[in-house]
Amino acid sequence: MNLQVDWPRNDYSRIPFHLYHDPAVYELEMARIFRGPVWNYLALEAEVPNAGDYRTTWIGDTSVVVSRGADDRVSAFVNRCAHRGGQVVRKTHGNATEHVCIYHRWCYSGEGDLMGVPFRRGLKGQGGMPADFDPRQHGLRKLRVENFHGVLFGTFAADDARLEPLGDYLGEFGRGMIERFMVRPLRVLGYSRQMVRGNWKLYAENLRDTYHASLLHEFFVRYGLDRATQKGGVKMDERHRHNMNHAYAASDTHDDARQAYAGQLGVEVDRLQLRETAFLAYQPEYADGMNLAAPTIFPNFLLIQIQNSLATRQLRPKGVDAFEIFQTLFAYADDPPGMIEHRLLQANMVGPAGYVSMEDGEAIEITHRMSQASQGDHAVIEMGGRGPIADTMHRLTEVPIRGFWSYWSELMGVEAPDGVR
Amino acid sequence: MDNDIADRLAIQALLAEYALLIDEDRLEEWVELFAEDCDYRIVTRENVEQSLPHVLIWCKGRNMLADRITSYRHVNEYNLHYDRHVIGPARMQRADGGAWRVEASYALFQTNLEGESRLFSVGRYDMRVMPGAIRGAIRAVQVIADTGSIPTLLATPI
Repeated sequence: MNLQVDWPRNDYSRIPFHLYHDPAVYELEMARIFRGPVWNYLALEAEVPNAGDYRTTWIGDTSVVVSRGADDRVSAFVNRCAHRGGQVVRKTHGNATEHVCIYHRWCYSGEGDLMGVPFRRGLKGQGGMPADFDPRQHGLRKLRVENFHGVLFGTFAADDARLEPLGDYLGEFGRGMIERFMVRPLRVLGYSRQMVRGNWKLYAENLRDTYHASLLHEFFVRYGLDRATQKGGVKMDERHRHNMNHAYAASDTHDDARQAYAGQLGVEVDRLQLRETAFLAYQPEYADGMNLAAPTIFPNFLLIQIQNSLATRQLRPKGVDAFEIFQTLFAYADDPPGMIEHRLLQANMVGPAGYVSMEDGEAIEITHRMSQASQGDHAVIEMGGRGPIADTMHRLTEVPIRGFWSYWSELMGVEAPDGVR
Repeated sequence: MDNDIADRLAIQALLAEYALLIDEDRLEEWVELFAEDCDYRIVTRENVEQSLPHVLIWCKGRNMLADRITSYRHVNEYNLHYDRHVIGPARMQRADGGAWRVEASYALFQTNLEGESRLFSVGRYDMRVMPGAIRGAIRAVQVIADTGSIPTLLATPI
């Protein structure tokens, strides 16, 4: 299928609304982006610590099983039986050396190779598969998996000449940020899921929009967790597909914030007075002093630190009109007991009920709902400037959203004439 | 035996009050049902079954619970809606120190301002309750949500 997009401007400062609603665009995204020459986040290595451990995960809307083999190697396969297309693994996690599709009991190894076909040779000379049926040709579709410091990435496009080695894909910036979080062995604290009735790209944009953070999430402002008056900014990779929002909490004063936000309708710096604030405190644990760091890796991965709450988030598209935010909260395996409780109390800030994150679900739904009926119109992305796409040392910007669309357009084959990159 | 029946009736009344105060948006009064050193948390069945400690909401003490409501009233943005709790028959067992362990299923529906309703969450309460005065009666609530995939967001208590 040939997709055509009439970009009003070549710097992606106008986004046609139909791109969030067209089922044909969504189908192409699954093929050209999620199954295209990118590296998708699969899971954390800490989730499959022992031989035989498996977890189901998603790449785009494709169900994928990640498992650790007897040789300790982590592999992944598409969770769709090679026979009739049934879902082979139906649990979210477990430990198994083989997987059997319940429909006709085709049996696969932990790596996805076809091991057994019941009645393959028939019974008493009758029935059975043709004599030349070759099980080696009918395994589950395998992904290429790479383990980067305990973070598992997978790709469908191992044979695509455009695919970069994982390290190059992440870039210096992505590698450095993952190494920063993965300094010690992890302990997974649990999962949260949030089902949002909006197109997945609205969340990809949200993660690249630092402009909204201290306006929509007033809690950030009140408690100095993320304010426009703080030192920080946005950093992108060279291709502007990945992004990191970051902030240094102690770099402004409450008075700075009062002055800056005075007159910004809807935000009142001192409106909220909590009785218990001790749990909000940041216990420094990284050398760089950042209290908020949110590196976002195209297309489906976010690592996020807000104070001492640490998590990965995976963006799971669920059709053109919905997506799930799958969050994995983690600690370090050698954390003292008090630190685990501190991190769990700070989990109050993140996730579907998070003091500084719940709002995104509503912001995305109101956007999706209203743009539905206006698909000939477009969004306006000009905060932080038009034209070239570049890093900033401030956070009053949505330029990384334009970076996302620039790379999206490249993969989808619909770059604007002379489009910026 | 008479005491036992009186306690059971009081607990039933407490559950009815609990649901009504949330559903009628009297959240500040709902907080008053809890003891000062209470523990309120919302967890998901997915995590509980894996013995994972993750909490969606964890309030240690009534002050933190009150803070949740204050933040909801003043700074958080959320989907505008009405809540409607349906709490099933409670299983009540005597626990330590005169307290009762109370377990009950719930279904929580949300209705938007144009009257469209949806099932928001189903799950189970696991409570510790001291019979007697209704204010301060609740020592602990663990909401174990079967609905681990939260629709839109979770702003109002379950």
